[in-house]
Amino acid sequence: MKKNHRIGSRLFMGLVFLFLYAPILLLIIFSFNAGNSSVVWKGFSFRWYAELFQNRIIMSSVYTTLLVSLLATIIATVAGTFAAIGFFTMDRRLRRPLMVVNDIPMMNADIVTGVSLCLFFVAAFAGWNGFVTWMENSYRLTAPRLYLGFGTLLLAHISFNIPYVILNVTPKLRQMDKNLIDAAQDLGCTWMQAFWKVVVPEIKPGIISGALIAFTMSIDDFVISYFTAGSATSTLAMTIYGMTKKRVSPEINAISTLLFAAVLALLIIVNVREARQEKALAKKK
Amino acid sequence: MSKELIRLANCTMAFDDEVVLDNINLYINDKEFLTLLGPSGCGKTTTLRIIGGFQTPTSGDIFFDGVRINAVPPHKRAINTVFQKYALFPHLNVYENIAFGLRIPKTDEKGKKVKLPEEEIHQRVMEMLEVVNLKGFDKRHITQLSGGQQQRVAIARALVNKPKVLLLDEPLGALDLKLRKDMQNELKRIQKAMEITFIYVTHDQEEALAMSDTVVVMDAGKIQQIGTPEDIYNEPKNAFVADFIGESNIIDGIMRADGVVEIFNRRFRCLDGGFEKDEPVDVVIRPEDVDIVPEDQGQLKGTVTNVTFKGMQYDIIVDFYGFKWLIQTTDLSPVGSRIGIKIDPDGIHVMKKSHYSGMFGDYSSYSEEYEEISDASFDPDEDQEGGDEE
Repeated sequence: MKKNHRIGSRLFMGLVFLFLYAPILLLIIFSFNAGNSSVVWKGFSFRWYAELFQNRIIMSSVYTTLLVSLLATIIATVAGTFAAIGFFTMDRRLRRPLMVVNDIPMMNADIVTGVSLCLFFVAAFAGWNGFVTWMENSYRLTAPRLYLGFGTLLLAHISFNIPYVILNVTPKLRQMDKNLIDAAQDLGCTWMQAFWKVVVPEIKPGIISGALIAFTMSIDDFVISYFTAGSATSTLAMTIYGMTKKRVSPEINAISTLLFAAVLALLIIVNVREARQEKALAKKK
Repeated sequence: MSKELIRLANCTMAFDDEVVLDNINLYINDKEFLTLLGPSGCGKTTTLRIIGGFQTPTSGDIFFDGVRINAVPPHKRAINTVFQKYALFPHLNVYENIAFGLRIPKTDEKGKKVKLPEEEIHQRVMEMLEVVNLKGFDKRHITQLSGGQQQRVAIARALVNKPKVLLLDEPLGALDLKLRKDMQNELKRIQKAMEITFIYVTHDQEEALAMSDTVVVMDAGKIQQIGTPEDIYNEPKNAFVADFIGESNIIDGIMRADGVVEIFNRRFRCLDGGFEKDEPVDVVIRPEDVDIVPEDQGQLKGTVTNVTFKGMQYDIIVDFYGFKWLIQTTDLSPVGSRIGIKIDPDGIHVMKKSHYSGMFGDYSSYSEEYEEISDASFDPDEDQEGGDEE
């Protein structure tokens, strides 16, 4: 009886994983298909990968994605780290509600974040563009009109990345002995020197994990990018979505496989780092 | 020896509405070993933080070498600190921890940033490692050190900057008893050898008496008494000091004349004077100053209610007319026996009444009080007066 039970549960587990990963596996397999079909196997080939790198639209969207992810990660990491330190030095009565506010964007549905950011940008730009028109008509002064594009995409990515950085840096600040800052100042540091020489090395693991997670979030984001990038700018995820609307080309399989591999690699790095840190912490105790 | 180095003038510190320091006046001499002693929450750590520059008094002034330094930040004061729990930098090894202060560029008279040459840093760090008996530990990681070794690194890290004053905030609180005794001697030796002023914060009265030139007893944000360890022990100013420093029986008395005090309706000769006739007073009698005699020869007669063997002596609790005394004696008097006692005039110390009168010095609840005194697992965190919430 017991043995049957175990077999049953293993079978169930197997089915769950099959349903979860079979589509991705299929996608990866057919990205190496020599033929045009996504259903019939015609032999192994790197053909679609080769074509991928010839495709200007895809390559330019890869470039956009990498650039926006990198810039958003750097800016969000700096801003998030300082924000975490700001929260940390705050009075508890003020910090608690602010931390809750910080958590909301992470739990909020992407579509809501995307639409609201889009509406915000459109409203703000409508106001600005109206002001520019009025200036031109009344004073013959001109200024650039603003539209959705790379800039708004970058702002959107920065804003949804900051909470993840704060979330990763805050526990490191809490673990830090507060006297360390006093000690550094006591030994001749200004507050800024103490920050760079003592606080940053102490919270560095948190900053790096925060940056890695932010980068991962940026790379694989579709919904928020879709609403904030405008018509001229396209990230990789948006390009793939656009391609599926016309004809499902096996190129999609290839580029999706690469995206999957990149995100998987990043997640592995984050997890290995976390496991190592926990080990080090356990050793200390 | 007796040149004044630091002066606190009318210093008051308040967090929100809570007054942590109440009008402190204190001067500290050059090369002095001064201890701020008191229970947790008495304001001793706040006083130290004001001297270190980590807190600015709400009102009052602090002078260093005659110059007002209220607004001088910590990094510009010729003062270094050994922190509670050491606050060593975990990402640096022993050598780099000690070298930390030396590596910060200093501004010279012409306003130019000057970096110490590497050879000088190396030489001074190595010297310091020798002073604190940590030769050969320079490459060790902080987490690989025992509590006592971390303590020594913290002292070396502060002293290598050649400060005029070293502040020590309960530096031995986290060490076990044996190590604590060793480090007391060690600190005293280092202070003598380096010829600098030590300002030491502790709640441990034994530590304070053993190490200090001057003891400042504090309670409730006020200085209760300043004096040499002998003064503080032999001539406590009020019932709080008498109770906090060592063991004391504190009894209500009436001063009948200079040199005559009345306790339990019996007159005793004493050495104190200058009180008004028939003034109510607190009388301190130390447990070791009482001689046990046969009942019929005693000035006071009582019943033994408790005996504890303490190695060197017996601590016995004796009931005199309902008031319980602690007496230390080398002769065993069993529980229930009737004894008499004699007290020499120099064993009686008379104090003016204060708001502490009646709060201390009765050994009716002996066992609990004893545990409280010998509580080694005292948590120094409780002493983070005000300010910090976590």
